[in-house]
Amino acid sequence: MDAVTSNFDLFLKGFGYTLFLFLISGLLSLVLGTLLVACRVGPVAVLRWAGGWYVTLVRSTPLVVVFAFFQFAAPMLGIRFGWVDVHIGAFDFTSFFAIAVVALTLYTSCFVCEALRSGVNAVPLGQAEAARAIGLTFGGTMSQVILPQAFRASVPPLASVLIALIKNTSVAFIFGVGEAVAQMRIMTNNHSSERTTIFLAYAAGYILIVFVFSFLANRLERHWRVA
Amino acid sequence: MRLRKTKAVIAACGLTLAMAACGNAGSGDKGKEVAGKDVKCSDFTGRAAEICKAGKITIGVKFDQPGLGFKSATSDTPTGFDVEVAKILASDLGIDSKDIKWEETISDNREPFLQQGKVDLVLASYSITPDRRKVVGQAGPYMVTGQQLLVPADSKVKDISDLKGKEVCSVTGSTSIDKINEKGAKGVGFESYSECVQKVLDGTVSAMSTDGTILAGFAAQNEGQLKVVGDPFSEERIGVGYSKKATGMCDFINKSLTAAFDDGTWAKAFEKTLGPSGVDTPTPPTLDPCQS
Repeated sequence: MDAVTSNFDLFLKGFGYTLFLFLISGLLSLVLGTLLVACRVGPVAVLRWAGGWYVTLVRSTPLVVVFAFFQFAAPMLGIRFGWVDVHIGAFDFTSFFAIAVVALTLYTSCFVCEALRSGVNAVPLGQAEAARAIGLTFGGTMSQVILPQAFRASVPPLASVLIALIKNTSVAFIFGVGEAVAQMRIMTNNHSSERTTIFLAYAAGYILIVFVFSFLANRLERHWRVA
Repeated sequence: MRLRKTKAVIAACGLTLAMAACGNAGSGDKGKEVAGKDVKCSDFTGRAAEICKAGKITIGVKFDQPGLGFKSATSDTPTGFDVEVAKILASDLGIDSKDIKWEETISDNREPFLQQGKVDLVLASYSITPDRRKVVGQAGPYMVTGQQLLVPADSKVKDISDLKGKEVCSVTGSTSIDKINEKGAKGVGFESYSECVQKVLDGTVSAMSTDGTILAGFAAQNEGQLKVVGDPFSEERIGVGYSKKATGMCDFINKSLTAAFDDGTWAKAFEKTLGPSGVDTPTPPTLDPCQS
């Protein structure tokens, strides 16, 4: 246990990056996922088609490949994130962090979109027809009537998607972000005699984060329950 | 012109592909077979004698470090200095190099593989550290190297102090990345050294850092684009890993290495593998005595 306790600042810093990755890309993928679902169920054929293809393509690509694309292929096309250079306390947010956020967001937003679509489908068709009947536009129908109900119905699948995102942030460890798994690797390398305890400590860290998140999701679900 | 050449190569490869794999143009880097020496297994004790009697050995090496332990997609056996030293050891146990089973070990699984008996020996740029010696045996060192920097050929960086606060690439979880952070630069970790080379070439990071011997291999691969700079700012003592349960191993390894130091086979292996990257052959290091 010495390895973890004597390097507890590094342990926390690792999970700090994990949480930052999760919060920022989680928020962005909720926004992008909502836009995508609006495209997929919307009245414009081109957007429906584009949304459908985006989800199909990105969802069937392994996350590592999405990361590798932005890390190795995109610079050749002139897509860099060198302008990202923010330092807050001990944390550095540079191109590596930005690429991780972009990759995680693009990937997760597909799953958010599909989780929301299941929620949209759960809203009775009469709701949409009634909204149209009182003269709401498509945007109005979505934002005032359909999506608020859809969000409520999709809390459980959305929570699953976001829990998967918490764990998916660990892919960033081989792409230049010093998050939890990267710190774990440093510790197991320097303290090979305590390999098992180090693994267990980091597993416990992830479990704790997921527990807290699941608890909040449960509360939200109960709070928002549709009668 | 260049395009035509590429096309010609693709066409040529396409033709030969039907019969054989499309190999490197310079297949001269293929490791030479080393025949097992005529030895009496009764000269060894413990596990060393058992391996000698069995006539086969499993050795863990790296597959992704040019000059040390490297296996290209098209070849069956790895090449490099670690591999050559492994062949010397096997040959002293009376084992032909073709009877060696090469197992890929990465930095993270070297101790578990030794403890579980998946490999008999590990020669995978394996630094000797007190903490590792708590869980596995480490004999040697058979090479002493230090951490340097690999930068673009036109870079003004002279050593690590020029990189304070800048991002420097290395392999996630390696000792090198720790040293980078200690020296005031910011280590960013990737899966393998070749990915770091890519990041230095595309300009995302201004340098990468690890053992000079590894960097020299990459500098040679990308001649004119990359160069190795700076005095070594760490000392890595590269040794041979074996299981704590393997009795008689350390004595055998030290004896075998001493013989290789003295008769020049060690120097020859060094010249053959690391010489082409421009590393001068050093004097053999002093071996640690075996702990009883």
